[in-house]
Amino acid sequence: MDGVLRPGFDVTRIRQDFPILSAPTPRGKPLVFLDSGASAQKPRQVIAAMTRCMETAYANVHRGAYNLSEVATESFEAARGAVAKFLNVADSREIVFTRNSTEAINMVAHGHGRGVMRAGQAVVVSEMEHHANLVPWQMLRDAGRGIELRVCRVTDAGELDLAHLEDLLADGRVGLVAVTQMSNVLGTVVPAERVVALAHAKGALVLFDGSQAAVHRRQDLTALGCDFYVFTGHKLYGPTGIGVLWGRLALLEAMPPLYGGGDMISEVTLERSLWAPVPAKHEAGTPAIIEAVGLHAAIDYVNAIGFDAIEAHERELTEHAMAKLSAVEGLSILGAAQDRGGVFAFSLDNAHAHDLSTLLDRAGIAVRAGRHCAEPLHTRFGLDGTCRASFGIYTTIEEVDFLADALGHARKFFA
Amino acid sequence: MFDDLRDLYQEVILDHGRKPRNFRRLENATHHARGDNPLCGDRMELFLAMEEDGKIADAAFQGRGCAISMASASLMTETVRGKTPAQARALGNAFRGLAMTGTCPDCGAELADDMERLSPLSGVHEFPSRVKCATLAWHTLNNALDDNQEDARSE
Ligand SMILES: Cc1ncc(COP(=O)(O)O)c(C=O)c1O
Repeated sequence: MDGVLRPGFDVTRIRQDFPILSAPTPRGKPLVFLDSGASAQKPRQVIAAMTRCMETAYANVHRGAYNLSEVATESFEAARGAVAKFLNVADSREIVFTRNSTEAINMVAHGHGRGVMRAGQAVVVSEMEHHANLVPWQMLRDAGRGIELRVCRVTDAGELDLAHLEDLLADGRVGLVAVTQMSNVLGTVVPAERVVALAHAKGALVLFDGSQAAVHRRQDLTALGCDFYVFTGHKLYGPTGIGVLWGRLALLEAMPPLYGGGDMISEVTLERSLWAPVPAKHEAGTPAIIEAVGLHAAIDYVNAIGFDAIEAHERELTEHAMAKLSAVEGLSILGAAQDRGGVFAFSLDNAHAHDLSTLLDRAGIAVRAGRHCAEPLHTRFGLDGTCRASFGIYTTIEEVDFLADALGHARKFFA
Repeated sequence: MFDDLRDLYQEVILDHGRKPRNFRRLENATHHARGDNPLCGDRMELFLAMEEDGKIADAAFQGRGCAISMASASLMTETVRGKTPAQARALGNAFRGLAMTGTCPDCGAELADDMERLSPLSGVHEFPSRVKCATLAWHTLNNALDDNQEDARSE
């Protein structure tokens, strides 16, 4: 797998940063890892930063008045600063560390949904949400607080139906539009600025689930103007166990915390407690210190490559995959959005997704099979499940060709 | 490219997967149950018609799923016919052992013929994530025999 895609972006060199891509495999076939959308592999820079933290700079944060704890606190807070820069927001107090996107969304559904929204208001999600951005809102709807849940349709091409979104917003009762910025199944990139404009015009706030988008596109939340944003570290080449909730300071301040405990209070008596200022209020208990350091290293890693190069590489892969996969007989690709990223869900006319993934696995290709935590979307398109190939910065044109070739063989196998 | 997968996808499996036998509703069913592996998307509905003498007179199913789950359900409906519920359950237990380990050391002469018919599915034992596809039909059978109306699962 070689091939320099363009000057300055050397995929061969990038691949050397990811130890797993050259680790021995059970049958000796090279790993063709096409499941980065579920979780990405880790570069040695991230692994090293976490190891270094544990070997030389580890203690609990915000607690000890001794040097090591101060050092650990500094690197933890430096990670927060790096995330703020990564999202282009000015105030790093607006960055709350969570376990993952799922927890971040639940914190908003709980804190903002129950604590701030009023009876009679509605939340809008879309048909293409990951369950992480659907189930918490269903729970809010079912909490008996008079909050309605509205679902924005997805067109046959797999795009957010903006006309329907306008209809849903029309009565002015929508308090929050919570939608994915990039579908983890269709690859659709949502016109985020349009969504913000439509929602704000009707007095609704906007939360973007950036779990996929933050990996593939440069984010500038100051320009975008949304109100909440979440992403998850492990898809961004960082470790598991760390995610991010960004919210406007006033919103985070108004939100009651989901968890109570240490680190999130300013004063405690046996009767009552006063909450610490944001973000500490939303970070009860010992945080994922080592993971925050890992996420910082992951952000430094992608920044060093640069989003211009990352986006260009992905565009090239996506266009190539579209052409190659469309040419495989009997294969249908789910969704045909104008603006799409490197995520392809597909089905073969004569093979079930699970049989297909078993075959591809034999060839060394790791793809996901099933409904990818987006069951309503599969129901919308009348499918029991699909296989999904998703790309990362280390994915090569040759791997895409290999996938297309293997799919052709698979169809013959089941003929 | 995939020749070594012929152990898993033997011709019998592909054939039963493509054209499942007894793939219909049983209008005179006395027992009925559903099976669902939500993570894989395998879903089936099983119908049994019991004779007066307590034997399974007819078995049929409908559903959607991967080749392994469909073939397993198809082969099951063929093998349980004429059996008492106790015999069918014993066969199911033996089959689960076969699916998990690839062999059935304590399958005596009594089960030998039926296990021979089910043996094309033994290849799944090398694919831990696929064992549940092969065993779903048999979990569903137990629920039908128990008159358990909850969805059976093997995940
Ligand atoms: C669009 C989207 N939202 C949310 C999630 C949930 O991420 P996590 O499991 O890290 O919370 C994922 C990934 O699984 C995703 O793709």
